[in-house]
Amino acid sequence: MTDKREPILIANGQGFWGDSILGPVRLLREGPLHYLTMDYLAEVTMSIMQKLKSRNPKAGYATDFIKILERILPEAMEKGVKIISSAAGVNAEACLEATGEVIRQLGLSGVKVATVTGDDIYHRIDELLDAGEALKNMDTGQPLASIRDRITAANAYLGAFPIAEALDQGADIVICGRVTDPALVLGPMIHEFGWSPQDYNLLAAGTVAGHIVECGAQCTGANYTNWREIDNFALIGYPVLEVYRNGEFVVTKHEGTGGKVSVQTVASQLVYEMGDPKNYITPDTVVDFTTIQLRQEGRDRVRVSGIQGAPPTEFLKVSISYLSGYKTVGQLTIAGPDALEKAKLCADIIWKRLEYDGVTFDEDNKLVEFLGTNVCHAGIAAPPEDPAEIVLRIGVKDADREKVNRFGMEIVPLVTSGPPGVTGFAGGRPKATEIISYWPALLKKQYIEPVVQVQEF
Amino acid sequence: MKTIRLWDIAYARSGDKGDASNVGIVAYDERGYAFLREVLTPERVKAHFKEICRGSVDRYELPNLKALNFILHDSLGGGGSESLKTDAQGKTHGLGLLYMKVEAPDDLPVYPRR
Repeated sequence: MTDKREPILIANGQGFWGDSILGPVRLLREGPLHYLTMDYLAEVTMSIMQKLKSRNPKAGYATDFIKILERILPEAMEKGVKIISSAAGVNAEACLEATGEVIRQLGLSGVKVATVTGDDIYHRIDELLDAGEALKNMDTGQPLASIRDRITAANAYLGAFPIAEALDQGADIVICGRVTDPALVLGPMIHEFGWSPQDYNLLAAGTVAGHIVECGAQCTGANYTNWREIDNFALIGYPVLEVYRNGEFVVTKHEGTGGKVSVQTVASQLVYEMGDPKNYITPDTVVDFTTIQLRQEGRDRVRVSGIQGAPPTEFLKVSISYLSGYKTVGQLTIAGPDALEKAKLCADIIWKRLEYDGVTFDEDNKLVEFLGTNVCHAGIAAPPEDPAEIVLRIGVKDADREKVNRFGMEIVPLVTSGPPGVTGFAGGRPKATEIISYWPALLKKQYIEPVVQVQEF
Repeated sequence: MKTIRLWDIAYARSGDKGDASNVGIVAYDERGYAFLREVLTPERVKAHFKEICRGSVDRYELPNLKALNFILHDSLGGGGSESLKTDAQGKTHGLGLLYMKVEAPDDLPVYPRR
């Protein structure tokens, strides 16, 4: 370890594949930083990437990452800011190659790029089943055999230690496959402070820090209930963590940026996507969220302390994706008078025309929503009495792609063969798209060996 | 007693966990938290989301954050890419919970939305 600095500054500039590319650009430009993380992988993302790769061997990673590197890499190298990202998806090799290409095009040299892999078990399923690993669905208990021939991606969630190892080896950029979201932030803490695999409380603290920032601006005022308190959403500051050796950290953001860091904005994010708060399980530790203490210690500064962790389980979580049919959704706008009544008639017409042609769907596989009547808060907030206009949103899912496409043909005709005031059919006929379902499972750690490789460009 | 909405004493955030949504609700102060603990039974939350939640409701307590966490099973029309619903990820369920009207003691502090 070369660095003895404290605190270290870690920021997260991407909450998912599709987040604003201004996040990382502004984090580098608008204040001091040591590490910049970018989180790209949602559960379904791996499957999309696997599909892209099957069509093109050079695809299957988060291409946004490469576009962002083009914009930020010179400044990051000049300032000594290291970049850690789960951009590799299912194709670390291609992501590494594209990163190398950007480095050359920018005229930079001596840039060390690490890949963290070993998570991909798509081609090892049979080997694992033969070894006696059932990979049962964690939620339903079903055996994997029921979907074996429809699997489209399978990855184990890796922890933070391989990322720390990559940094130990001098990496300037670390490109990871499926690692847990908080690992991107915990990795540099382990590297800087030399935390060991038995430092459960420290690892838990780093995990909580990662949980707070993993959705980018959601901890700095975005999505906060009392939204009028939040200034300058347009240039909202993405989160910066000031982390101390003892595991305490401060959640903050760069001076002068929009948004707000308060006990409320941080607590909001702590309860986001949470299950049992006493058992937040990661590959490195099991965190008890009921031990977290928050304190406002200054403007846009919340200190987090007291966090306790326990030894991890002997398992890694595995996410398996599989094809489970097709779906499509279309919409029409229906103007008043009598907007809602006419929208209901439109839905009825669509089902009846399909039925005439022998096309029917299970009730559970049909959806009709009248947007503007409190669809999101059905049964909770009173709908308007006579809405001036309604968006009819209508969809189906089915194992048969052709049936789904047949449905898609009966929406636009309503414009000329239904009640008056039907419009807003932009986009034409909706087409069937694949439904990728998610199969969570557990796998004994002994079967997964993380691989860290460093290459200089 | 006075009639309040939960947004007078708390804030919330929600998201998805498979086909369940998770709704975290956090009180602005300790009295508000004690009140939430008393009022927000899983049964009451289930009844509030009667047109949305088709499964059971689990409740967890985080006194350190003055928060309760609810898991609303079978609420997202399949969840993930399976769902046809507009709110396939339960992003609006937190605000949905805050709509709840409850009878509260007259001296329970409220924090009106700005």
